[in-house]
Amino acid sequence: MKKASILMIIGSLLLLGLFIYPLWNIQLGAPQYPEPLGMNIYINGIKGQSEFDIQNIDGLNHYIGMKTLPKPSDMWEFTVFPIVIGGMAALGVIIGLFAFFKKINHRWFIGWFVVMTILGILGMYDFNAWMVDYGTNLDPNAIMKLQNPDGTPMSYKPPLLGHKKLLNFDAYSYPRLGGYLMGLGMLLTLVAFFVGKRSKKNAI
Amino acid sequence: MKKYKIHILSIIGAFTLLTSCGNNNGQNSSNGALNASAAEKMYVAPGEQDEFYAFMSGGYSGNLTVYGLPSGRMFKEIPVFSQFPTSGYGYSEETKPMLNTSHGFVPWDDSHHPDISQTNGELDGRWIFINGNNTPRIARISLSTFETEEIIEVPNSAGNHSSSFITENTEYVVAGTRFSVPIPQRDMPISDYKGNFKGSLSFISVDPEHGHMDIKFQLMLPGFNYDLSHPGRGKSHGWFFFTTYNTEEAHTLQEVNASQNDKDFIAAVNWKKIEEYVNNGGGTKMPANYAHNVYDESTHTATTTMKKEVVTVDPLKVPGAVYFLPTPKSPHGCDVDPSGEYIIGNGKLSADLTVHSFDNMIAAIEAEKFDGEAYGIPILKFEDVLAGTVKSGGLGPLHTEFDGKGNAYTTFFISSEVVKWKLGSWEVLDRKPSYYSVGHLMIPGGNSRKPFGKYVVALNKITKDRYLPVGPEMEHSAQLYDISGEKMELIYDFPTHGEPHYAAGIPAEILAPKAKKIYRLDENKHPYAINNPGEAKVTRDGNEVHIYMSTIRSHFTPDNIEGIKVGDKVYFHITNHEQDFDVPHGFAMIGQNTSELLVMPGQTKTSVWEPKQVGVWPFYCTDFCSALHQEMQGYVRVSPANSNIELSWSLGD
Repeated sequence: MKKASILMIIGSLLLLGLFIYPLWNIQLGAPQYPEPLGMNIYINGIKGQSEFDIQNIDGLNHYIGMKTLPKPSDMWEFTVFPIVIGGMAALGVIIGLFAFFKKINHRWFIGWFVVMTILGILGMYDFNAWMVDYGTNLDPNAIMKLQNPDGTPMSYKPPLLGHKKLLNFDAYSYPRLGGYLMGLGMLLTLVAFFVGKRSKKNAI
Repeated sequence: MKKYKIHILSIIGAFTLLTSCGNNNGQNSSNGALNASAAEKMYVAPGEQDEFYAFMSGGYSGNLTVYGLPSGRMFKEIPVFSQFPTSGYGYSEETKPMLNTSHGFVPWDDSHHPDISQTNGELDGRWIFINGNNTPRIARISLSTFETEEIIEVPNSAGNHSSSFITENTEYVVAGTRFSVPIPQRDMPISDYKGNFKGSLSFISVDPEHGHMDIKFQLMLPGFNYDLSHPGRGKSHGWFFFTTYNTEEAHTLQEVNASQNDKDFIAAVNWKKIEEYVNNGGGTKMPANYAHNVYDESTHTATTTMKKEVVTVDPLKVPGAVYFLPTPKSPHGCDVDPSGEYIIGNGKLSADLTVHSFDNMIAAIEAEKFDGEAYGIPILKFEDVLAGTVKSGGLGPLHTEFDGKGNAYTTFFISSEVVKWKLGSWEVLDRKPSYYSVGHLMIPGGNSRKPFGKYVVALNKITKDRYLPVGPEMEHSAQLYDISGEKMELIYDFPTHGEPHYAAGIPAEILAPKAKKIYRLDENKHPYAINNPGEAKVTRDGNEVHIYMSTIRSHFTPDNIEGIKVGDKVYFHITNHEQDFDVPHGFAMIGQNTSELLVMPGQTKTSVWEPKQVGVWPFYCTDFCSALHQEMQGYVRVSPANSNIELSWSLGD
């Protein structure tokens, strides 16, 4: 059980990587942008992959009437996400410590994992909803008003995961180091659960 | 991904080699096969980049052009001594001061010898220097912005030709006079030249941090013509060598009269000794008047300071500072090998090359084996300093560069060829024709301690039939030879802009990573810059109107301006708010008596317009900046001189 508890603590601490490294990254490459423009999405805000990328993405987006990219004060998510992540990391560590001193059993690990998974899905849902709004809620006086073949207004929503062609741009959307660390951490807590379960069985 | 690609390419390359070996058996002399292998050597595939930068002097264009090697593609023309309407250099208010001289605004010069800054005798790629020959000036160009940052006028000089060569740690950029002149200038009969005119050699110190130039001292030598020069390096660091002609001191029909002496001199100058003398208070402060123009990257603005004094040094007051090395037949090129031991004087009317030995020279000086003197300057014995003679079989040797593998390459103007020979044994190893009448040649780093001996470029003076005919006037021709093998191989022939004299090359990997992409708007300290479009405004001070304008794809702020009157002097101060690579905006106003502006991201430039007619006059962006470039335009309303329409400006009303 000690081994499982240590895994639980390490797994939870890996969430803190999100305070240093980006969760997600969206890149926009085009013939004119052999070095793609990119934005790194952190839990507390969006930063350009290169220094002026945000300004340059906004500059291009004004042609299709997109809103400018949100600053941390523009979205509640950037205040709430750090609290949620910090809270979950702390909770995971506490659970791990209690388990280490045999105050609680391994079921708490899976409990934490389930809560974190639900929060993660909610986060992705929210992220996707933001991108839908961002990509479709366009200025009616936009310089370029493009339509799909069926006559509906063209959407510029970047993909949630993977690649999508948006006019002359190739948009790529993938997790970054913070996101991978979170995934690895969650995996470790799941492993902690199974290790804990087995050690209990062996103890019996 | 990239590595993978390279592997595939090298595999394909290997196959090509194998197959071509097979196919070529018994038909090596076939022209087609030769051409195919030459093409492979200079071919840089679309999307790939060149291995070397080559900076070619513009000669009578006054500028400096940037090429890639081996492709021969031209990347840029850097305006230096000539007005350049393409960017507004020399036309914009910020850059007009760059062309100020003691003779007033001089919009042109004849640029000859670029030289890249060095540390420990190796190219360091901080700056490139070039001389203005006609109105003597030296320019320093940044190798991160590839723009001219500084121009200093050289007083007491005329035909600034034995310039601009760099000492091994860029302590000095050296500028020697071609014409000797009265110093100070005065009204006197031309026929009194002999014994009265002087030749000045200027040692211009270079600030190691900012590169700022300052004339440390001018050495006053006899009234010969100082033709070309190069620094000592390695063991001869601290010395500088200048070829001379017209030691006859003829003042007319020099073609004949300056060709009478069998030998002229190479002047060996111990600049370290003179530097010490000057540092200890030696030299004479002489009244002078010369311009020092400095461009500040943060204000994007140049300023001119007129300097009023220069330190001159009489060589006779510094014993051991100057010696003359007799050198046959009006030597032109003066080149020093990478070890610093051999000083090559190319007698331009000769078939042979004269190679002096630095060690021999020092030994002769120490033994005081002199062969008379000229105006008090000791002349060494030709036989004592000679290291060897290259019996070339060519005619009219001009310039020599080195490959760092013990070989030298010399151009022959009259016999129109490049000759490869061996340092030390003086034997000729190879010769290849050039098309036609080659002047300078260039090996990247070929005048430093560390040459990159892969290619040599021959810069020819005569083009004739090399390219499709374009009337009597045409660009000059250059040839590229692969020198990686035992024999030189001509692999490419390409036209060069203006009249390149000398050139300087450097591996791309030294310069490319530090080339600037944009200027930072938050570092822009131009007094008329605006940091955001909200600060755009128009102000009036008498008949002077200042428009603080910004640009971003795809509009000007403001784009409607009223209240301008006939007789006003209108300054458009344009700040480009883009912070994206390669998104300049241009500016042109109808009827303006000046050039357009090309404003780089983050930069501010100013253009003056003096409206002479009432009306509503348009301006527009001249650089195809975006899909809506054609919409990037505006109007200025010009009212009669006595109108009382208030100044107003707007965007998107």
